[in-house]
Amino acid sequence: MRVTHWITVISFLALLLTGIEIVISHPRFYWGEVGHSQTATLFKIPIPSSRATVPSGYGYVLPDQNGWSRYLHFEAAWALVLTGLVYVIAGLWSRHFRKNVFPAPEDMTWSAFLSVISKHLRLAPANEADARSYNVLQRVTYLIVVFVLFPLVILSGLAMSPAFNAAVPWVVTSLGGRQSARTIRFFVSISVVLFFLVHIAMVVLTGFANRMREMIIGSAAIFKERL
Amino acid sequence: MSTISRRKFVTGGLAAAAGVSSLAVASRLSKKYGLVPPDSGGIYGPGETLTYAAQQLLARHSVAREFPRSMISKVPFANAIAPLSDEFKRLEAGGFAGWQLSIQGMVARPASLSLTDLKSFPVRSQITEVVCEEGWSYVAEWIETPLSEILKACGLLPQARYIVYFSIEPDWWESIDMNDAQHPQTLVAWAMNGGDLPVAFGGPLRLRVPRQLGYKSVKFVTRVMATDSLKGFVSSVEPKSPNFGYAWYAGI
Repeated sequence: MRVTHWITVISFLALLLTGIEIVISHPRFYWGEVGHSQTATLFKIPIPSSRATVPSGYGYVLPDQNGWSRYLHFEAAWALVLTGLVYVIAGLWSRHFRKNVFPAPEDMTWSAFLSVISKHLRLAPANEADARSYNVLQRVTYLIVVFVLFPLVILSGLAMSPAFNAAVPWVVTSLGGRQSARTIRFFVSISVVLFFLVHIAMVVLTGFANRMREMIIGSAAIFKERL
Repeated sequence: MSTISRRKFVTGGLAAAAGVSSLAVASRLSKKYGLVPPDSGGIYGPGETLTYAAQQLLARHSVAREFPRSMISKVPFANAIAPLSDEFKRLEAGGFAGWQLSIQGMVARPASLSLTDLKSFPVRSQITEVVCEEGWSYVAEWIETPLSEILKACGLLPQARYIVYFSIEPDWWESIDMNDAQHPQTLVAWAMNGGDLPVAFGGPLRLRVPRQLGYKSVKFVTRVMATDSLKGFVSSVEPKSPNFGYAWYAGI
């Protein structure tokens, strides 16, 4: 589990960097099947582009980095998908999801959610149980990331591949067309990045050194640093 | 600190040996069945090989989506091209009457075909999407001669494994495997949306490969060569690359 986490981190950072590079070559988004520099956009990102054909409004063109970016993007995608498969199979096998991730039915109430949120807002001190287990908010977020955002990011990515769309046309059709898939992918990616940032912030706030020790070697001296 | 036990060491060693030998077997099998792309070397090789092998194993015969007439883009988009050569301008001035497509390499009967010759082949029209690696796309109708018909007429030799196709413009070529070359949707296009193929879109002749990204659809094609080796012609890894290091297989 810890190995899959760190492979995921490396792949994620590679995908994020190269994904940004690729978006820079066309920072315009559309809805439907088609869209290009001479059609109306759904929205555009106000940044300079690496293509002269894109009316970015800036007087200069950034260098084209798409060649290696695409190579690395797809290689990192393979690493992430294969690691993700190992992770999900191992998680089901070892009952990690059932034991540590699926919220207990009694926690799936609005009052349980609100109690976790208000505890955070009051900056209430954590107790020992918080360090050993995940609360309901963490569990639900984690489930959404692993079982909703990741599958969506994979499907919307595949729906931009002409060969995949030839083989499995219903994926791109059900996402509303190729350009819709690209736009959906953009927002899903932003959600994953937001999760990543909050996740890092949480790790830092709860004691960076201790958390890192847990994530790398698996055990931690609970609360030594916090109390 | 734990020490590695002898048993762990032996099982670990055996597992590593099994891993290495199964990788070796996999690599030999995949070479035999054409699952390895020509740019399989280097740090991006594993990713490219996985992508290409997955396509070859799972979707070799898939057909690109074709669209209803109502979905043809009102405004298609042509990417910028470098200023055209004098040779192109001379042929353009003559209404492309002198345009020739030569078929060479591993064919029994090499040929040179004019646009009129090409139009005497079986014609196919298809409404497909042009997808640029940058992210944009448009749908257009293409009227074309299937490349497979031309190769058949020229007597393609069985040892040919790839088709390399060249633009009249310098340093512009691409190559595809025989599976894509023989694919019913891989066509030499001379008309688009009911008129002659405009120069901006590759007129008078463009090779369309709709299951791959736009950069594999070379504009102003004058030469098609059948070969058993891409040595010197793998656009993406050769130093004189017209593609600035873009992947050879562009189905993704």
